[in-house]
Amino acid sequence: MAEQPILEVRNLRKHFNLGDGKILKAVDGVNFAINKGETFGLVGESGCGKSTAGRTIIRLYEATDGEVLFNGKDIRKLEGKQRQQLYRNMQMVYQDPYASLNPRMTVGNIIAEGLDIHGLASGKKRRERVSELLNDVGLNEEHASRFPHEFSGGQRQRIGIARALAIEPQFIIADEPISALDVSVQAQVVNLFKKLQREHGLTYLFIAHDLAMVKHISDRIGVMYLGKLAEVAPSEQLYAKPLHPYTQSLLSAIPIPDPQLQRKRERIILKGEIPSPLNPPSGCPFRTRCPFAMDVCAQVMPEFKEVEPGHFVACHLHT
Amino acid sequence: MAKPILEVNDLRVSFKMYAGEVQAVRGVSFTLNKGEVLAIVGESGCGKSVTAQTIMRLNPTPPSIIKEGSSILFDGKHEITKLTNSQMEHVRGEEMGMIFQDPMTSLNPTMTIGAQISEGIRKHQKVKKVEALLRASDLLALVGISNPHERLHQYPHELSGGMRQRVMIAIALACNPKLLIADEPTTALDVTIQAQIIDLLRDIQKKTETSIIIITHDLGVVAEIAQRVLVMYAGRVVEQGYLDEIFYNPQHPYTWGLLRSVPRLDSDTKSALVSIPGTPPDLFAPPKGCAFAARCPYAMKVCTEIDPGHFRVSDTHSSACWLLHEDAPNVERPIEAGGRTHG
Repeated sequence: MAEQPILEVRNLRKHFNLGDGKILKAVDGVNFAINKGETFGLVGESGCGKSTAGRTIIRLYEATDGEVLFNGKDIRKLEGKQRQQLYRNMQMVYQDPYASLNPRMTVGNIIAEGLDIHGLASGKKRRERVSELLNDVGLNEEHASRFPHEFSGGQRQRIGIARALAIEPQFIIADEPISALDVSVQAQVVNLFKKLQREHGLTYLFIAHDLAMVKHISDRIGVMYLGKLAEVAPSEQLYAKPLHPYTQSLLSAIPIPDPQLQRKRERIILKGEIPSPLNPPSGCPFRTRCPFAMDVCAQVMPEFKEVEPGHFVACHLHT
Repeated sequence: MAKPILEVNDLRVSFKMYAGEVQAVRGVSFTLNKGEVLAIVGESGCGKSVTAQTIMRLNPTPPSIIKEGSSILFDGKHEITKLTNSQMEHVRGEEMGMIFQDPMTSLNPTMTIGAQISEGIRKHQKVKKVEALLRASDLLALVGISNPHERLHQYPHELSGGMRQRVMIAIALACNPKLLIADEPTTALDVTIQAQIIDLLRDIQKKTETSIIIITHDLGVVAEIAQRVLVMYAGRVVEQGYLDEIFYNPQHPYTWGLLRSVPRLDSDTKSALVSIPGTPPDLFAPPKGCAFAARCPYAMKVCTEIDPGHFRVSDTHSSACWLLHEDAPNVERPIEAGGRTHG
């Protein structure tokens, strides 16, 4: 593995102070690395901290503790010019294509905002770049003078992607970029992400809750539960041989669009719901819903260990 | 032959807007038999929710108009489109129940769970308050909520999303309805909770033999719970049949597209997903002929001019596509649509 990681997240923590001495540990000690040109999928249920992790990495939130190394530099220490330089290389695509585009700006100005901020293009060059980007994402240059409300959800998401691409970043964080879209449109947008990756050599952090879609797009996947990573593995391996009981039950909970297979399948239906992150269980956070919970699980948080090359898991069953 | 609980015939619903008339439902016909689970699938704006809301007459008129010639016959005796509002109120509460998509906004935040469940019971059955509350607590137990007695006094904000959806189901079941309509009941929930709720619905269906219409865009959910499937597009039914007929022998190009655009866990391809290019048509001015023609890779000249009507595939399976006409060219069907091998 001589590959140079483009992003390394070390022991990242983001705690929100809610007052009254209440602390919400949204992200609590997360470690992973993303190699150049790779897609890393981050999955988990609502409230597991996956979006907070993404936002902390790009510094929309300031981390409570830990390091985020981007091309070897700790982004938490960058300020001023250097910080601006960071955002030339790291961009974000948001979940809600209705809320994340300014309704009072034309599509052309939305896309070119990054170019303006970084002083990359103006005048004719700026116009050319905008139409090039619109073509790249499957829209056309006449769309530049229109406003966001004139577009459908899928088209808006394409605009959001064009905006992220405008300044030619190396790395894009996509936070649930398809969950607000219809199935047939989801497929269009996912295919677009893949095409752009091939053409521009992009690296993605793809945050989502739809495991089937994440498997489709990712090279490696991390599964989060209550602010911690439960398992990280290459995507084929994660689906073929999930080790963490939570990953196993997540996979088994996904309905398969195939009635015959569905009838044969034995499913693990988890009892109960995710405990409140304000008051997480002692030891392993999953133990309250885990069918294999042992005494030790309540006492000690299992270490996040590499059990096979590239396959990490935090579970006492695998120590 | 099972008796139908619901017969919908040529249902047309429009909404009068400032800019014109949106033809949301444009001639939908289907029957639902007693004890059957029917899934209505389709993308946003295809008219699936409007169809369901019209069966319960939940759309205010105006702006919505049920067009002349539409018929919804419930339980062989109630013509829903002709009932007065007060007659409808009885049918709605006593014989039909509805589960909405968003459990966060469809419960009243200022009423306790117990009051919300017993409200319907007290309105439709002449029982005392205490009795209604006891029945509410039984219902909570039925939908899998622990400590039902204590829960009666809690407010919606004290419950999680999955629990609120269970409460919604309890309210819908309060008067032993003959028909339960579930509009995207699991869309707002996480997968592990979704699995619990589907399991619960199946369980309740077995116990109470209620007929269920489930509206969803998730083909996985359909495969898990439904017996029959109705595929809708742009206000029309494009294909209907039994579960296996739709999944393993789909006939409409839109159904092919839907089935192929979902990624599957058990497929190991890294290839591109097959997407349906373009977007659904504007229902202010629906196109002549087949509404899907503009996005259909197999569209012929006739498709843009004349509506195909329904072609019979089997006694229980029909599809609205000109490809099924005897003079139509034989197109090669995408293999993955239905014929996907699995082992």
